[in-house]
Amino acid sequence: MLHDIISIRDFEKKDIEEILFTAKKMEQYVDNGTTLAKGKILSMLFFEPSTRTMMSFQSAMERLGGSVIGFSDTSTTSVKKGETLIDTVSTMDQYSDVMVIRNPLEGSARLAAEVAEIPVINAGDGTNQHPTQTLLDLYTIKKEFGSIDGLKIAMVGDLKYGRTVHSLAYALSMYNVELVLVSPRELRMPEDITEHLKDTIPYIEIVALEDLPKVDLVYVTRIQKERFGDPNEYERTKNTYRIDKNSIKLLGNAKIMHPLPRVSEIAREVDTSPNAIYFKQARNGIPVRMALIATLLEVLP
Amino acid sequence: MKKRELKVSAINNGTVIDHIRPGNAFKVIKILHLDNYKDTITITSNVPSGVTGRKDIVKVENRALSPEEVSSIALVSPEATVNIIKDYEVIEKGNINLPETIYNIIACTNPLCITNHEDVPTVFNVERTNPLVLRCQYCERKMTEKDIIKVMG
Repeated sequence: MLHDIISIRDFEKKDIEEILFTAKKMEQYVDNGTTLAKGKILSMLFFEPSTRTMMSFQSAMERLGGSVIGFSDTSTTSVKKGETLIDTVSTMDQYSDVMVIRNPLEGSARLAAEVAEIPVINAGDGTNQHPTQTLLDLYTIKKEFGSIDGLKIAMVGDLKYGRTVHSLAYALSMYNVELVLVSPRELRMPEDITEHLKDTIPYIEIVALEDLPKVDLVYVTRIQKERFGDPNEYERTKNTYRIDKNSIKLLGNAKIMHPLPRVSEIAREVDTSPNAIYFKQARNGIPVRMALIATLLEVLP
Repeated sequence: MKKRELKVSAINNGTVIDHIRPGNAFKVIKILHLDNYKDTITITSNVPSGVTGRKDIVKVENRALSPEEVSSIALVSPEATVNIIKDYEVIEKGNINLPETIYNIIACTNPLCITNHEDVPTVFNVERTNPLVLRCQYCERKMTEKDIIKVMG
């Protein structure tokens, strides 16, 4: 097993499967907790804001019986005095048993893992990687469908800048799946990823949601206004990919996932539809992060 | 066959790096960290060459560069050759093989890469050689031959 969780590129399929298997075992402790990590400390170094990721790591560690230290606002730390990332990581390395880091600079988690002796988990390094999100996405798919193999999965929205879809596409390429990439031309999946897909799994690229073939799952991402030069183009595109009570008919029985936070790409009226599984997906962050922490701390039952 | 006139004199001892792509001699010196070398370095630029049309040549006196040291110049001149000279004789001759990892030679083009903000050496893994593609070990961005030439100035 890996010593650190930094990038989905470091994973082989067997590593992913091991985490998903352990996450399933952790489900029994989600409601009532356990003492597997009693006496262990998780440090959280959040150099930029986060809701779900930070809270779910905290929740996961507490359910494992361990405790949490750290910061989510650098203004109250020595970072404000100009302390380097290396020094901050070296210090927290002395105070804890496992470290979770989010930093807007790309490659920061890799550097932290090189500096720290304790295991490091990347909770997002800029637009680069967010591997625990990918693992919880895969866990959600496996839990919902029983198997990842054999599925046809659509990714919809901003496929150019969204790191979650990049990592998920990369991870899914290890399975026997088909991908449908749905995005405006200016927000297509980067060549770096599609070149890898060409060598691994079948995929098609389409522009209109109306052209979507029958799929098992639709993974929706947020389209951000700042990515467009022309505000009118943004307004037009935003509405094209919006899932509401009318456009949901185009999806058939396909389940809908979203890494959250959403803005307007999925209407609230969709939340109660049997297709919507995005809040279940967010909840799955707990057993998956429990599995990661317990594995890295070597406190598995 | 008419003997070509030698534009630069031969060296007694040292290393001759030949068949450097024209205009890249100074980049080669930079890659080899020879900017502050105390002995003589001779640079010949745009020499007519039967193989590639034009080439640069770098002669480093009194230092035999190891294959490991010179391997990274393949970043800017994969066709270059290296001759080790002793007493005016070529005692060793070889091509350049790019290593699997490029350590602390070029900067990352990604302004948000951690290597451009903390005091750490850059590390690139060679993903492909023809055409050359590197991937930053930290931010995971790809760098092409064009990017490499750009960051080397």
